[in-house]
Amino acid sequence: MNFLETFRVAFEAILSNKVRSGLTMLGVIIGVMAVILLVSIGEGARIYITKELTGLGTNLLIITPGKTTTSGGFHPPSAGTVRKLTYDDSLALRRRAWMLTDAVPIVLGTGKVKYLNKGRDTTIIGTTAEFERVRNLFVETGSFVTQPDVDSKAKIAVLGRKVKDELFGQENALGKVVMLSDARYRVVGVMRKKGMSLGWDVDDVVFIPVTSGQELFDTDSIFEIIASTPRAEDTDRAIAQIKDILMRRHAHKEDFTIMTQGAMLSTMNTILGVLTAVLGGIAGISLLVGGIGIMNIMLVSVRERTREIGIRKALGARNRDIMAQFMIEAMTLSGAGGVIGILLGVGIAFAIPLFVTVLPTSVSLWSIVMAFTFSAAVGVFFGVYPARKAALQDPIQALRYE
Amino acid sequence: MPVSVAGCVVRIKPLSSPTDDTGLVAVVRYRCQIVINLKDITKTYRMGEMDITVLSGVSLSVQRGELIAIMGPSGSGKSTLMNIIGCLDRPTSGSYRFEDREISALTDDELASIRNVKIGFVFQTFNLLPRFSALKNVEVPLIYSGVPARIRTERAVPLLERVGLADRMYHKPTELSGGQQQRVAIARSLVNNPPLLLADEPTGNLDSRSGAEILNILTGLNQQGVTIIIVTHDQNVATQCKRTINLKDGRIISDQVIA
Repeated sequence: MNFLETFRVAFEAILSNKVRSGLTMLGVIIGVMAVILLVSIGEGARIYITKELTGLGTNLLIITPGKTTTSGGFHPPSAGTVRKLTYDDSLALRRRAWMLTDAVPIVLGTGKVKYLNKGRDTTIIGTTAEFERVRNLFVETGSFVTQPDVDSKAKIAVLGRKVKDELFGQENALGKVVMLSDARYRVVGVMRKKGMSLGWDVDDVVFIPVTSGQELFDTDSIFEIIASTPRAEDTDRAIAQIKDILMRRHAHKEDFTIMTQGAMLSTMNTILGVLTAVLGGIAGISLLVGGIGIMNIMLVSVRERTREIGIRKALGARNRDIMAQFMIEAMTLSGAGGVIGILLGVGIAFAIPLFVTVLPTSVSLWSIVMAFTFSAAVGVFFGVYPARKAALQDPIQALRYE
Repeated sequence: MPVSVAGCVVRIKPLSSPTDDTGLVAVVRYRCQIVINLKDITKTYRMGEMDITVLSGVSLSVQRGELIAIMGPSGSGKSTLMNIIGCLDRPTSGSYRFEDREISALTDDELASIRNVKIGFVFQTFNLLPRFSALKNVEVPLIYSGVPARIRTERAVPLLERVGLADRMYHKPTELSGGQQQRVAIARSLVNNPPLLLADEPTGNLDSRSGAEILNILTGLNQQGVTIIIVTHDQNVATQCKRTINLKDGRIISDQVIA
């Protein structure tokens, strides 16, 4: 008996009980769909975050106070023994770390920005002129913070697009005076619209000179230093240089942490990769359950068709003909379920970003291949037992079966 | 005197009418004439701790072209004998030669192939596949002999015409009367031109008119040279056969040839 014939017999059997076949397939359909959907969401998140991280700027090094790479122990942020980073540290790096293109100090805090009777709670960032270049954020009108502003602790502010729109609407903001926590700041620039980045609204921010920021938040330390290297290959040597310079200034103690963009990326990738695998695995379990459904139905089908098996055997079907008939039936159920599941999964994965814009998806070929292979394998695995049971029936008893 | 012909060893016995002058031709004639040769066939089933003997020492030989009725009360072993002759079952001991091939030594697949090509089955309960049309049912044995679909139909159609079902080919078994279903089954049993046709109570589920029709078809086929063995309770069926074998308690108690 050739393959085509076996396939036709199996197909007719499936069609003869459409509801049952459909319900059986549904298990596989949902399983395959879930695998593809969850993996595509996980992949989408990974790609999104990678894009966002690289979009921050290129070859960034972020220096934060406190040593956090040593494992064990929890260090509260207020721990007094940690020597803080200072504006002078950033100046030292700028002067002496020739491997770096920039070393930008950052002071970060939240505060209320007010113009006339309108106010908004927003993020206030104290920084220097190079921030624009390092973070790929640029002024649209007016100018950014300049070095003279920093040197003179000038009370000037550059507004993020959203802050400007909220406070001024269509009105021109340049030259106006806003209140930052009771201090008067003159608006000198408005940033270009950028949108969300890693869940943080880059437009909902006010930039001021780093020195003014220290005064505003009443601190002599800074939050972090963002440094950059011209080439990714320089990163390791740049780190060594930063360490050398800063440790000399910090009593030869490494009381700061240098994070690289690459390290952040790979950490994120690892986390999201694990997440995707876990999601896919959970979906895989539902596929497995679908497979058990197929086995269940096939066992019922073998029992129901005992007499048919007996008749076929009496008419000359060999054991392997019967085996093939039921195997192909199981594989057709799981294979068709797999294909429908893939179509639905891919379709929904493409539809999700249209309706839920914050949820990016990326359908990867490997998840399709894996889901289909797995569903076919489920058909084979859960088809073998019922098919064997059918094939090994004694023809005489099968013929007598009512 | 054992003689080897085409690789298989056969034993020459004196033939009843040896008209040929050479031994070899006699061997060939012998091979052709004896379809079934059973020798000391026993069949025991194990039921828990007990062995139940269904057949005890049945010897029987069937010539080509015979029409035989096997009769006997229930439990006499008719069906088991039929299953063994039909290669659906194996004897516990004894020798079964079908067209001079020892059957008890064959594998499941080889038995399946013999059932497929050499033996046609007609059952009391018709045993048609309910989901298929009459035509498809007749084609089933051809599927397992690897005959392509087009040729299958070409061979099945004339057979259905021969049993008078030219206008019922595309009907499913449930849309046919009992007699019609049995005629489909007969057409199916003939589709591979088997030398032997086994009918197990072929009229048992039919009214007397349909039964008579079926019996007519079977005797007609026999006249065309098909060897037929019918298991039956019905004395009327038996009287149509030239030879009647009576079984009781797993033994042949009489083997009569009606002239």
